[in-house]
Amino acid sequence: MGTEFVQLSLVPMVIASLAAVACALAGNFLVLRRQALVGDAISHVVLPGIVGAFLVTGTVSSWPMLIGAGLAALLAVALIETIRRLGRVEPGAAMAVTFTSMFAAGVLVLEQTDTSSVHLDVEHALYGNVESLIWIAADGWGSIVDPAALADLPPELARMALVCGVLAVATAVFWRPLKIATFDEPFAASLGLPVGAISIGLVAAAAVAAVAAFDAVGSIIVIAMFICPPGAARLMTDRLARQVAWSVVFAVVSALAGYVLAGYGPLWLGYESSVSAAGMIATVSGLILALAALAGPRRRRVAAPATGA
Amino acid sequence: MWNELTAALLLQSGYNASLATLGASLLGVAAGSAGTFLFLRKRTLVSDALAHATLPGVGLAFIAMVLLGGDGRSLTGLLLGSALSAALGLVAVDWLARRTRLPEDAAIGAVLSVFFGFGIVLLTVIQSMSSGRQAGLEGFLLGATAGMLLSDATLIAISAAFAVALLALLRRPMTMVAFDAEFAAASGISVRAVDLAIMGLVLGVTVIGLKIVGLVLIVALLVIPAVTARFWTERTDGVLWGAGVAGGISGYIGAAISAAAPGLPTGPIVVLVATALFAFSLLFAPARGVLAAVLRHRRFQLRVHRRQGLLALARGEPIHDQLTLAVLRREGLIRRDRVATPEGQAHAGKALLDERRWEIVRALWADEALAGRYDGLTPLETLLTPDELAAVDARLERPALVGA
Repeated sequence: MGTEFVQLSLVPMVIASLAAVACALAGNFLVLRRQALVGDAISHVVLPGIVGAFLVTGTVSSWPMLIGAGLAALLAVALIETIRRLGRVEPGAAMAVTFTSMFAAGVLVLEQTDTSSVHLDVEHALYGNVESLIWIAADGWGSIVDPAALADLPPELARMALVCGVLAVATAVFWRPLKIATFDEPFAASLGLPVGAISIGLVAAAAVAAVAAFDAVGSIIVIAMFICPPGAARLMTDRLARQVAWSVVFAVVSALAGYVLAGYGPLWLGYESSVSAAGMIATVSGLILALAALAGPRRRRVAAPATGA
Repeated sequence: MWNELTAALLLQSGYNASLATLGASLLGVAAGSAGTFLFLRKRTLVSDALAHATLPGVGLAFIAMVLLGGDGRSLTGLLLGSALSAALGLVAVDWLARRTRLPEDAAIGAVLSVFFGFGIVLLTVIQSMSSGRQAGLEGFLLGATAGMLLSDATLIAISAAFAVALLALLRRPMTMVAFDAEFAAASGISVRAVDLAIMGLVLGVTVIGLKIVGLVLIVALLVIPAVTARFWTERTDGVLWGAGVAGGISGYIGAAISAAAPGLPTGPIVVLVATALFAFSLLFAPARGVLAAVLRHRRFQLRVHRRQGLLALARGEPIHDQLTLAVLRREGLIRRDRVATPEGQAHAGKALLDERRWEIVRALWADEALAGRYDGLTPLETLLTPDELAAVDARLERPALVGA
């Protein structure tokens, strides 16, 4: 646990945890509102957005890509609504049509353009590269208070911390309206709450979390963290505040345990190379969900019949 | 490029490419028709979970085959593995949605991401296996017909043909369940068994499609053709066969383009051809398309303006609305100075008479359905019999005769 750990593992673990928490915060409300697959759709359309930004600017810099991804998410939401209304297609199918088409277009353009010189490919988009976010300038735990070394931290860390902080503050500030609109939208509307704006705001927050996390850790973590920690937390308690707290704990545990298992697990088993951290984090979150589904105190539906297992 | 494309479309670019193209179109037919039942059952996104859940099966099958001494690239083995793990994913979705309080969409998302994540872990394990020569397993993500072995193409074509045949056989009970599950149950059909058969077919199509379209995008081939066909017909059978045709065309053209330009992954091209068909249908389908709706609205608007203009003429009121003036002028009902032509006077009188008759009908039979048919456009004589009309006319106020 010395210099090498701080250089190679500390920053990826922190970034993965922040990304997981940011997604899980938004995910709690998405799961409760039965919009869990919005995260899936958003993380697919991020790819064409990033490719588009690359085509326009010609460089792989972060801000244009974040903006491109955000625009693509907006376009996707608009397209889903258009297809749903104009074509009178059910929402699930409209979503499937939109995100697969946009993803296909993104892949096609990506393969057509010469991006071999830059780090941009489909695999990267799907499962990111947390492991590469290393902190070369660090030379031990002391570097955490060393301004010179801190200046060399990967920029993803500050960005992810910012997004995670904004989402946490927003969740706290809008707690009551969010809660009421999530559980009883007609009642919220009768109180005069802007339910439409709350709904759009939530999807926008999810998009921000997805885009920032995507940039750092790839889309598979994003989808898993939107759903698994909040889903597992939902099986632990009936109270929203506790559910959010549980989901944050589950998200951090998934990120840390997943990263450690991916990086060090194979070594313990006697193999030389590590496995994909993003995949392992998703796997651990799935194991947590499976445990909660098997043994969580509130795993059953309240109205579920008493028969069966 | 164009020569190669033409050659590929005419199945002239070699035996393997032609077989792959035929396999892709058969796959498209099977996916389109099987997807129709998913679409009608409103369970389209289950197939997304199913498709992503194939990845760990592919990885485990590869590892198992290498450990057993094979080279791990046998398509049959990989597809068997993917079918097993997809089935496991399906069971997991079903179990989470039934046995816990999580809704089905959360179950779908959870299974999709976790299975896929575990699959990625396995792929990185395979990359580091010394004996695991790069197997091109990444091809399963986005599909590739380039470099496909003859035996692979044959396997895909035969399985797809088998799926299509099965669909044709099971079409009646599946249609009944998809359309009205309760009626089907009352008719003695086991809804659970039919649902299982639908999911089984979707699973089969997904597995067959892995090599050609890839697991990220196979859901598109299941959903888009069905949505496309829905624009053209109101009949379940029509959607079924229409989706098959749309899927077949997408697979055929997509695979042909991909054969002409081998650098491109096949999946995205097939999907974009399907999307193009969808967009065309959304815009131009005769009854449900956007253009048809716009035209319908425009015709209605013109009829309203014509009628209101005629009534204004009959009552001697001035007309200011430009569209109304344009409509009347185009039909030769008014002159340029906005005075009615003889023909215009005739139509205006007719319109006024009709309006008066409607007033009487609505007063007389206010409670009946007929009064609700008043929209200011429908001539009354198209709804009433001549003697009913005469009864209405008897109540019209007649102009008093001068000097009587």
